[in-house]
Amino acid sequence: MADVLERVTKIIVDRLGVEESQINLDAKFKEDLGADSLDVVELVMELEDEFDMEISDDDAENITTVGDAVTYINSKN
Amino acid sequence: MNLEGKTALVTGASRGIGKAIALELACHGADVAVNYAGNEQKAKEVADEIQAMGRRSFIVQCDISDSDAVQAMVKETVAQFGRLDILVNNAGITRDNLIMRMKDQEWDDVINTNLKGVFLCTKAVTRQMMKQRSGRIINISSVVGRIGNAGQANYTAAKAGVIGLTKASARELAARGITVNAIAPGFIATDMTDKLPAEAKEQLIGQIPLGTLGDTADIAAAAAFLASDGAKYITGQVLGVDGGMAM
Repeated sequence: MADVLERVTKIIVDRLGVEESQINLDAKFKEDLGADSLDVVELVMELEDEFDMEISDDDAENITTVGDAVTYINSKN
Repeated sequence: MNLEGKTALVTGASRGIGKAIALELACHGADVAVNYAGNEQKAKEVADEIQAMGRRSFIVQCDISDSDAVQAMVKETVAQFGRLDILVNNAGITRDNLIMRMKDQEWDDVINTNLKGVFLCTKAVTRQMMKQRSGRIINISSVVGRIGNAGQANYTAAKAGVIGLTKASARELAARGITVNAIAPGFIATDMTDKLPAEAKEQLIGQIPLGTLGDTADIAAAAAFLASDGAKYITGQVLGVDGGMAM
């Protein structure tokens, strides 16, 4: 779990240019981390690469917080 | 114009305008995937010609109105070339008829290939181009999408739709370094216009300020320009290559 969160955090920091301290499981990509819709799509694409999985469009739509992403990845691994 | 090191996918590239564009891009140095729907032999000839120029090329069969097939085509192109810089949405069909007589099927077929097909191909390449943070999408619309044409309600609607789609995708993708433009050819001498009766052709030419049908090379040159570095600040535009029909 910690490992997944760490890797997800690193991607979010790189992609969105936010501080690591802003990131917690409840943080919303759009509202809290300043991402626009395309940023979220790109984040999901990078998560797919990082964790070597395919995230369907339907599933991607439900990933709106850092916690959603971590939970989703853990459920697939 | 130098396209060396760039890779392209041209839909409907076995003949007509698509073929001319594929060869022109290769002539400027690009590797080109040649998409075709039905005519494998013709597509192969185009790919052979490109390889003879010292560029990489392969043929890929795909009905662009089929979402899964389009995704597979783009996947294969990226697998073969390693990246994808240029998409030319050229493939198109006609099912001409007067509105009163037009069958639902004729309407649906043309919209599915000429409009939905452009959407599906654009959607499929977006992932790769967003990752690259660069890309060029060139949609082949038509002068009739700007000024209308009797007997082509379906084709005209689809081609006008392509112009709207071009502008929407240009706005969505601009921040990712991807430009999207349309070319609106006028009446170009191809198999598609060869089918017109001589009388209709005469009448057509009367509407063209420059007084002749266009050549596929005219469209290919415009496409090569829009794919080149020289066009990097152009997006969401419709370039008419029509002898002045629409001004």
